[in-house]
Amino acid sequence: MKAKELLFKPILDDNPIGLQVLGICSALAVTTSLKVTLVMCVALTTVTAFSNFFVSVVRNQVPNNIRIIVQMTIIASLVILVDQVLKAVAYDVSKQLAVFVGLIITNCIVMGRAEAFAMKNPPLPSFLDGIGNGLGYSFFLIIIGTIRELFGSGKLLGFEILPLATEGGWYISNGLLLLAPSAFFLIGLIIWGVRAYKPAQVEQDEFKIAHNTTKTAEVL
Amino acid sequence: MASKDSIAKTITVATLLCVVCSVIVSTAAVLLKPAQVANKELDFKRNILSAAGMLEQGVKIEEQFKAVDVKIVDLSTGQFTDSSAVGDLARYDQVKAAKDPSLSSPVEDDIAKIGKREKYAKVYIAQSSDGKEIVVLPVRGYGLWGTLYGFLAVEGDMNTVVGLGFYDHKETPGLGGEVDNPRWKAIWPGKKLFDDQGNISIAIIKGTVDSAAAGSQYKVDGLSGATLTTRGVHNLIHFWLGEEGYGPFIANMKKGKA
Repeated sequence: MKAKELLFKPILDDNPIGLQVLGICSALAVTTSLKVTLVMCVALTTVTAFSNFFVSVVRNQVPNNIRIIVQMTIIASLVILVDQVLKAVAYDVSKQLAVFVGLIITNCIVMGRAEAFAMKNPPLPSFLDGIGNGLGYSFFLIIIGTIRELFGSGKLLGFEILPLATEGGWYISNGLLLLAPSAFFLIGLIIWGVRAYKPAQVEQDEFKIAHNTTKTAEVL
Repeated sequence: MASKDSIAKTITVATLLCVVCSVIVSTAAVLLKPAQVANKELDFKRNILSAAGMLEQGVKIEEQFKAVDVKIVDLSTGQFTDSSAVGDLARYDQVKAAKDPSLSSPVEDDIAKIGKREKYAKVYIAQSSDGKEIVVLPVRGYGLWGTLYGFLAVEGDMNTVVGLGFYDHKETPGLGGEVDNPRWKAIWPGKKLFDDQGNISIAIIKGTVDSAAAGSQYKVDGLSGATLTTRGVHNLIHFWLGEEGYGPFIANMKKGKA
């Protein structure tokens, strides 16, 4: 695969959230404000890229029966590194992200890519695949974060865009957008939009509800 | 590949990986520690200044903090004590001390749900720009999801609120997290903590306070959608103003004998 394909295919064609439906948990949790969302995107992209890279470097040495724990160890070490750096460099943001940086370890995208791609491919393509999937995740998160912050609290990146009625403006904020369920609605709507644009992504129904086999009148 | 999956290989790979990862992680932790501690301290000081209403934009926090006097109070007697009681004054962390059995005691009437209370508190005394004395008291208590840590700043009469702010909490953003909302925090300055008989009268009520009604100086609007957080803030203030909190210290300060 070409580098361009590795980088950009996960954004629309093979989006980790949209198509693979991975990493939903953090997409709900960190998108109430755009700034936090952006930091989370950078953190996750970094971790995915480097964990893919290192997993791929050691892939031929790793015994099969401990491969998952090896991947976890690499990912966990990287996440701790990112957390430590954030605390030292961007203290305010790390305070807001709090536990979610630590939870990157459990983000399905990171593990999913390590197992599905990095174990079978050389280091450089794996690294690019990590960045690509990070970008795909970021693409979704930034859309959700923008909508939630703008309509939930009338701000973008902390700057007031829609003056709130409670602070003398005209905009009555939608409190639902600050709660986790709103992210589900938004993710659902975006997936709908993407699949309407690219019908190839629509999945086959796993179960079809059959028509009635008996008529009520026959039974009675 | 039998060699790759052999037991010897498995153990070697696992050991090597653990050693390499732990070296990387611990190196990072050690190297970044000074920057993290500095950040934390700066944030702490910024919150003290902000509660005291003295925070100025564009001036270095360290410079502004020079005007603040740090003192140690023995909570059981309510007297200022020599800072040697806690060792290094700059390093004394009262939240940590509360976990140390030799520096703390269990709380009897634990309305703020803090479990143990430290023997010595670190209070901050400053002069406002118009020459008034401001005392900043560290407070903490349980909200909905976790403990709220903050500062309550009062005037020298130990009754008029200057400000309240939390530097660490785990409340829901947009609901309980509104304890950080500047508009809500702006309600606090000027409120009175005690009535004429010296009873703790400050209360957070449901809805909006009618400023014309009697006793409105003791009442603060509750946060809508955050009943439990509001109750937590109410309780923690009552705890820290009470006998097991800064009660004795406040009484001494009022008499001018702290």
